[in-house]
This record gives sequence, structure tokens and C-alpha cells, in this order.
Amino acid sequence: MTSAHRIGTEPGKVTRAIILGVVGLLFAIPIIAMIQFTFRDGLGGGLTLDHWTGLFGEDAARTYRSLFQAIGNSAVLAVVTVAIVLVILLPTMILVHIQFPKIKRVLEFICIVPITVPAIVLVVGLAPVYSVVVKLFGSGAWTLAFAYGITVLPYAYRSIQANLDAVPVVTLSEAARSLGAGWVTILRTVLLPNLRRGVLAACFISVAVVLGEFTLASLLNRVNLQTALLQISQSDPYVAVIFAFLALLLVFVLLLLIGRLGSLQTRSVGRNRKES
Amino acid sequence: MQSPKSRGTGAVLGLLPFSAYVILFLAIPTVLAVGTGFFTEDGAFTLDNIVGVFAPNVLSTFGNSFFVSAVTAVIGAIVGALVCYALLGTKAEGALRTIIDSLSSVLAQFGGVMLAFMFIATLGNQGLITKFIFETFGVNIFENGQWLYQVPGLLVVYLFFQVPLMIITFMPALSGLKATWAEANATLGGTSFTYWTRIAIPVLAPSFIGSLLLLFANAFSSYATAAALVSQGAPIVPLQIRSALVSETVLGRENMAGALALGMIVVMIIVMWGYSVLQSRTSRWQK
Repeated sequence: MTSAHRIGTEPGKVTRAIILGVVGLLFAIPIIAMIQFTFRDGLGGGLTLDHWTGLFGEDAARTYRSLFQAIGNSAVLAVVTVAIVLVILLPTMILVHIQFPKIKRVLEFICIVPITVPAIVLVVGLAPVYSVVVKLFGSGAWTLAFAYGITVLPYAYRSIQANLDAVPVVTLSEAARSLGAGWVTILRTVLLPNLRRGVLAACFISVAVVLGEFTLASLLNRVNLQTALLQISQSDPYVAVIFAFLALLLVFVLLLLIGRLGSLQTRSVGRNRKES
Repeated sequence: MQSPKSRGTGAVLGLLPFSAYVILFLAIPTVLAVGTGFFTEDGAFTLDNIVGVFAPNVLSTFGNSFFVSAVTAVIGAIVGALVCYALLGTKAEGALRTIIDSLSSVLAQFGGVMLAFMFIATLGNQGLITKFIFETFGVNIFENGQWLYQVPGLLVVYLFFQVPLMIITFMPALSGLKATWAEANATLGGTSFTYWTRIAIPVLAPSFIGSLLLLFANAFSSYATAAALVSQGAPIVPLQIRSALVSETVLGRENMAGALALGMIVVMIIVMWGYSVLQSRTSRWQK
């Protein structure tokens, strides 16, 4: 590092501190303003804890019923979306990796498509699709997860694929097969334990995406956390901002955990290499 | 033990659930979204909606969308690249990088409505900074109108997901610069200036422009933040799609939404194609 610094390819301590300080400050201001907002006492300018304590008051369950229901909807959507990732995407990715390496590029392309077809475009075509979905499955909040499974594809794909590429999946499964293991055994005792981190990261990021999703829910007239936040912000902006802040915090922690998973992974791979 | 052939058929069957799912919820909606633009409410073929996209008022929303996306992409890319540069030499697994990474992901990908709230608390009528500026300098930042809830506001707010997105996408390229290149430069008598101008910047250029395109696409297709912030009018294309979708008074507006969606997707395909071309040029030397 010092040699790189001497050649001038890395910033000096002062330069780094100035850049990170200025940008960090600019990004800290809105976050601080958001937190400060939750303590504001009306337009008067004083500070109060009322908005926070109000959440635990006797009437809270009744006053914020629609909000809590929306949080429930988002939680259900997160669970069903994760199930779609685990039951539909994950087996397909393993199958393609082991049996059809030739169509890996096709699968990658499909999984990246939702970036090019943004939610605001997809929703135009999802409206008629959902009129069929409602006839088949009813109008339960969970049905929106079918669309969310598509939204999370690029993120979930990337997390799982990074893990698939880092583990000798083909060799492992062939070794297990030559010892007489069936596919279910291979999947359960050999592949999944090795893919645990990638799969976990895919689940976390799917939860994060679902908790933050607004476009599809709003334009398909569904209720989730984000649409409820916007709705409640008209009548009780303080509570809306409190929950927005908590949601951001939760997503931040989820992503921090993903980051930890990732660094644990590289560290253990490095260690294995050294041993061998 | 199964014979290889029967395993083959079983394996092909294994691809069915995913294929069916993607066809039902990705392919069909995309085709419908783009296709409805070519039909009237009654299902007759028409080019009226497509022609409608070229009406002056619709073209001006496309113009606004281009403007917002381009300005925030350029500023976001430059500021984001500066932050990446500042992070060079810090440990990739250290606390600083991990926290900046996670925070960037939160703001870049999951902000939406919450980002709009943040800015209403900061720069709204009663915002922390609005009041601070008024009390300290006696300046009312909204003297010339409520710009936060219009296109200029979008410029400010969008930067708060553009800069983080740049940090996430550009950091791998920047940290992929090889120490040996710097050493070679130094051995041959090069300075820090020649290192950046002759080696690093030319090598990073495709990746930088690629990230810039991704930022453009990101702002162009962003909906939630604008929907939460802009309550009157539809100055950008995604909001125009909203008003076409939710309007109950004007018949056939849903087909107009289709035509707008087609317009958006054409732009997205061109931009994302450019991104993937530049990205593949970058990955050539990254490994």
C-alpha cells in the first residue's frame, strides 16, 4: 500500500478524508433530517417523543391498523417471493450448471432482462395478466409475489451464480453420484451446504427488494408497506417517516449481513486454497 | 441407476417450471405492454397511439426524462467515481468499505418512496435545511416556486440514488487496476500523472462510460421516488404512464400507456445494449 501510495496511484490520507468527508456530509444531511423529523412537535419547532411513544400506545393497533396490515402483506410477499426463488430459480440454476452448461448464457440473459424491462413498463402488461391471476387464485395479497419473483431475478441470480462459480459443483456432484448417491441426496447433503451463502444472500436481497417495492403494488392497486407509507404520509407524516426510517434500517442490516456472508466466503475459499 | 438418456429427459422436464414461470410473468407482460400500443380499446390495429407519442406534449416529457437522466447520470458518475477513488487502498473487507457498500445498495436500489420522504424532511417547506437557510441567511429557497416537487427537485433527489449506484458498479473496475501496472509505470520512469493519463484512465474509460449508461437507464426507468414527490402533472415518462393507466375518464388511455412503454423500452434496450458492450470490454482485462 505504501509503495502504491508513493507512485501516486492511491489517494493520500488528506485527499481521501476530504472526498469522503464532503460526500459523506451531503449524504448524512437528509438522513439526519429524516430522523429529526420523527421528533418534531408539529410546526412549532420543538422536539417531542410523542410520535414514537404513540406507536406503543393503547390506540396504536387501531389507529395504524391499515399500516400494520400493509406490513403483514409485505412480510407475506417477502416469504412467497423467497419461496419462488428457492423452488423455481435455484433448482433451475443448479440443473443448468450441471446438465446444460451450454444454455448458461441464455439463463443469464433471461435473468438480466428485468433490468431492461423496468417495473413501470412491466406493469402495463401485468395488469391484464393479473386479471387472470385473480380469477385463478383470488385477490389475496400474496399473489403479487408472482410479479416480485421476476423483479428479484437479477439480484437473486447474481448472488447464487457467484456461489455456483466459486464451488466445483460439477466435480462434487459427480463424486457423490459415483458413490451411489441419488439426486435428492446430492442436492441435500452436498450441493445446498456448499451453496448456503449464495442462497442466503439471494434470500436476503429478495426480502430487501420486496420491502422496498412500490411501483407494481401501487399501479396494480395492491397494498404493501410502501403504498401504505405514501397513503399514511398524507394524514400522519411522522408515523410514515418513522416506518420509512425503520424499513431503511432493516434493509441496511440485511445488506450488511449479505456483505458479511460475501467476505466470509472469500476468506474461507482463500483458506482452503492455502491448505491444498 | 438411471440410464443417461432417461436422466436427460428428466432433466429437460426440470427446466419446465422456470420456463413456464418466466413466460407467464415476464415474456407475456412484456409483449402485452409493448403490444397494446398498437391497438385501440376495441382491439383494432392502429398506429394512433404510436403517433401520439410524437405529440409535442409527450415529446417534451421524453425530453424531461432525458434531461433528468443525463444530468443526474453525469454528476452521479463523476461524484461516484471520486468516492471510489478515495476508497482505493482501503481494505475491501474493512468496516469502512462494508458500510459504504451496504449503505450504497440501500440508497441505490431500495430507496423509492423513502427517499422522497427524506427530502421532504430536508428541503420541504418545513425542511431542516429550508428552515436553516431561511433563519441564517433570510433566503426562502422556494421564492421562485415549489421546485422540489418538479423537475429540478428530481435532479437533486435522483442524485441520492445515482451516486451510490455508481459506487457499487464502478468500484470493482477501479479496484481491478493491477499494482503491476503502477510498478511498470514507475520502473519506466513514469509519474503519477502519466500513470493516470496513459494507463488508468484509458483502461477505465469503457467501464466508466458503461456505468454512466447504467445510471442513465436507472434514472430513466425510476418511478417510485418521482411518484411520491410529484403530485401534480406528469413531467417525466414514468409518471405519464401512471396517468395513462389510472385515468378513468379518457377511454383508450391504457393503450396510450402501451405506446409510452414501447418508447421507454426502445430507449432502455439501446442504452443497456451499449452498457453490455462496454461491460464485456471491461471484463476482458479484469480476470
